[in-house]
Amino acid sequence: MVERTPIFNAICQFILLVGLIVALLPFAIVIIASTHDIRAVNIVPMPLTPGSHFLDNVREAWHRADLGHKLFNSILFATAVAFGKVALSSMAAFAIVYFRFPGRSILFWAIFLTLMLPLEVRIVPTYAVAANALAPFQAILNVTGINWLIHAVSGIEVNLQWGLLNSYPGLILPMVATATGTFLYRQFYLTVPDELAEASKMDGSGPIRFFWDILLPLSRPNMIALFTIMFVWAWNQYLWPLLVTTDPSFGIAVTQLKTLIPSEFGLPDWNVAMAGTLVIMAPPLILVIFMQRWFVRGLISTEK
Amino acid sequence: MEKRATFSSTTIGILFALPMLVLIFVFFYWPSGQALFWAFTLEQPWGGGNRWVGFQNFQQLLSDPVYWNSISRSMIFGLGSTAIAMGMALILALFTDRELRGHGAYRSIFVWPYAIAAPALGLAFRFILAPEAGLLSLINQVWPGIWNPALDGNDAMIAVIIAFSWKYIGYNFIFFLSALQSIPRSLIEAAAMDGSGPARRMWDIQLPLLTPTLFFLLVINITESFQDSFGIVDIMTQGGPARATELMVYKIYFDGFKGLDYSGAAAQSIILMVLVILLTFVQFRFIERRVHYK
Amino acid sequence: MASIAIRGVRKAYAKNAVVHGVDLDIASREFIVILGPSGCGKSTLLRMVAGLEEISGGEIAIDGRVVNNLEPRERGCAMVFQNYALYPHMTVAENIGYALKVAGVPKDERRRRVEATAKIVGLEAYLDRRPAALSGGQRQRVAMGRAIVREPKVFLFDEPLSNLDAKLRVAMRAEIRRLHRRLGATSIFVTHDQVEAMTLGDRLVVMNGGRIEQVGSPAEVYNRPASRFVASFVGSPAMNLMEGTIDRHGVFVYDAERQIPIPATLDARLVGHKVALGVRAEAARLVEPGTAGSIPATVDFVEELGAGRVVHTDLDGLSFAVSLSTPNVMPAGTPVGIAIDPRDVHLFSIETGLRIEFAAGIAAPANSN
Repeated sequence: MVERTPIFNAICQFILLVGLIVALLPFAIVIIASTHDIRAVNIVPMPLTPGSHFLDNVREAWHRADLGHKLFNSILFATAVAFGKVALSSMAAFAIVYFRFPGRSILFWAIFLTLMLPLEVRIVPTYAVAANALAPFQAILNVTGINWLIHAVSGIEVNLQWGLLNSYPGLILPMVATATGTFLYRQFYLTVPDELAEASKMDGSGPIRFFWDILLPLSRPNMIALFTIMFVWAWNQYLWPLLVTTDPSFGIAVTQLKTLIPSEFGLPDWNVAMAGTLVIMAPPLILVIFMQRWFVRGLISTEK
Repeated sequence: MEKRATFSSTTIGILFALPMLVLIFVFFYWPSGQALFWAFTLEQPWGGGNRWVGFQNFQQLLSDPVYWNSISRSMIFGLGSTAIAMGMALILALFTDRELRGHGAYRSIFVWPYAIAAPALGLAFRFILAPEAGLLSLINQVWPGIWNPALDGNDAMIAVIIAFSWKYIGYNFIFFLSALQSIPRSLIEAAAMDGSGPARRMWDIQLPLLTPTLFFLLVINITESFQDSFGIVDIMTQGGPARATELMVYKIYFDGFKGLDYSGAAAQSIILMVLVILLTFVQFRFIERRVHYK
Repeated sequence: MASIAIRGVRKAYAKNAVVHGVDLDIASREFIVILGPSGCGKSTLLRMVAGLEEISGGEIAIDGRVVNNLEPRERGCAMVFQNYALYPHMTVAENIGYALKVAGVPKDERRRRVEATAKIVGLEAYLDRRPAALSGGQRQRVAMGRAIVREPKVFLFDEPLSNLDAKLRVAMRAEIRRLHRRLGATSIFVTHDQVEAMTLGDRLVVMNGGRIEQVGSPAEVYNRPASRFVASFVGSPAMNLMEGTIDRHGVFVYDAERQIPIPATLDARLVGHKVALGVRAEAARLVEPGTAGSIPATVDFVEELGAGRVVHTDLDGLSFAVSLSTPNVMPAGTPVGIAIDPRDVHLFSIETGLRIEFAAGIAAPANSN
């Protein structure tokens, strides 16, 4: 469009520039602070040029927060959650979209209701379940009397017990148990032309073949988008890992931020804290920068 | 919308859904039911019997000024950060959508904050907003003692709101920009032919067409402010000073896991759940209107 | 090759019936075209043969074997879809060979057969391409190849040419004809394009509102339409239809000044009845106004078609088209006469819409089946 609005353009550019500074300033400060020694970082006003202690600070933070081990756990945790989400939601959405069986709409709503309540909101009882993931089944056995029956017949007392506290499954499984990805996949499946399923039927393939040969390869962009989002989301989880991994050997990086808060006494070593923060926040940021297109696209279609 | 081409095998269909079903049963429905049960009973954590107490937990809760404090703090936090995050994101998206010079860079950089973990940016802002070091300490040097989030409740609240809004500007920006880009170009061109300039078009054409997105984001931002705030609060203020930043989820965590008051925490969970469900219902109504899946 | 028998086949969605009992016998190696407007149930019928739609009533037999409860893969049919339905993530070779892969055909044989098929449809050079990198015509060929490679007993075509441009459509039409001659598989071809139907079919099946209106060779359908619907649907421009009464002299009376002679062999019981009379634009002639036996009209507008032209005339509010092969300049409003040979006249019952045969009598339908 031919349009000459120099003043308005200048205003826009100015405000965008201010926005850019607001968006980047915290990154800049974290980076700059992480390059100074403890004395320089506490100078007011803070020096705005980088110092030369970056590696020292990272080393110190790395050691203090046990980052080698914790970053490894974080990668494992986030990858597993993202992978689990992709696998489970692509399958569940397939069942919902491509099958007609009695109770299908109940199933649909049962899955989509989980969108409503984030984990943080139901944290207390979820924690209790994690203490024994089989408790629900045990309760069902008790209430229905099956347990009593088994006991009467075989003399065996059924006692289902599977503690998930301080374990990788305990960290991962509750994170996978929501419908976000299922929704994304459902939306995608609905856009796949009916003829494709029909053509594959004419070619002689059944549902499993169709899912594996046609649907999954076609959903690659979705898969990448969902994987990116879920990886970032899982990496940034805080409350659940904090609760479930009291044993440090299962801890993840983000919960280690707490150990980096400078002590109230003496000169606060913000330089080390910021170096640690930088290391911990970098992986999802790098992923988003490189996968921006997928990330944005996936985010928009999951939330719709 | 329904598929015309479907498969008839019920068994295979259910098998595909089964893993998800088992997971959501164990980690969603059972705990949610459990929360209901606990909210109406009194129980010793880990063992001991449950005693049915009806609404007693709720009565206790609702007569507790500390709980009301956490509700009002949550509201201030939710509304404050939502207003800032949405307002700024809207302006940035409207201007970025004009595709002036450098819009490609803006489009990607404004998204970055959303990639940062809430506790990480909590720690970053704790430093940036610290009274004795960092960036904001500057104003303490000019007016000594004017800013101290560690001692002043209002300052602490402002600090957590700034941190949270900063992250969600990125999130809202993504949605506003994509909504703007889905407005047909021809509409903007028609308005230009009708003689309206860029600022006028934003007000007359683009903003009204953004209302569904605005509403959707409003609800999402408020629900997120309930949950994603935990990390920020836990790192920046731990609910203090003097409970000034004790938001609802933080209080649930504190009462349930530090105070070991399961029944009280469960009752708080139920109230929060009801709140979130209410918000989501409102949102579903409007989303249904926006996305036309038949 | 296979014969197909369709007996009393019905299709209903919930309470909404879309096919109301269709009977049709298709001989082995025959090329049948089902023609009808959109929503007439032609695609549904085809999809019931394919096994993509449940059959609500009646039965379909292929080679004498009832297939109602067989899955698509067990019926031995191949199908070409309107939008081709190519798998976008597979190459041309993989698309063509997918059915063989599903059937567990060994790799070597698969490659041999895919290559042989590619040769037939002229795609040897494109085997490694993805569908997105192909032109419309090439995609169409892949879809055909995918059907051919299985050496099916029955070919089903669901409006396969409707997404091509006019020129390509003509070329593909010829190609489909050639392929059918070469492979000889029984084929059912669904279309709403009458030119396609006329040029491709051994026999046409004209459908409307979920029922068969007429089955016959293209010439039969054109020359002796079995119903008013067929008369108006087949032929371009559409047949001129006017309603009037038969007077006691055996003459069709439209209004006071417009009377059209009809053959004397008509059943005497029709005298005094209201009927619909049809004349093809190609059969009517323009004459000087006032010529004896002609009906008066005025020129409305002329459609120039290059090789010929269609003069649209106005009969006091009723539009009547006449085809002309000679160039003629006639401004709107020019008075003309229209001459009609009694042998070119078709009569249809007003009540049933069925054809009235001149030799036979009032209610005899011309449906040859």
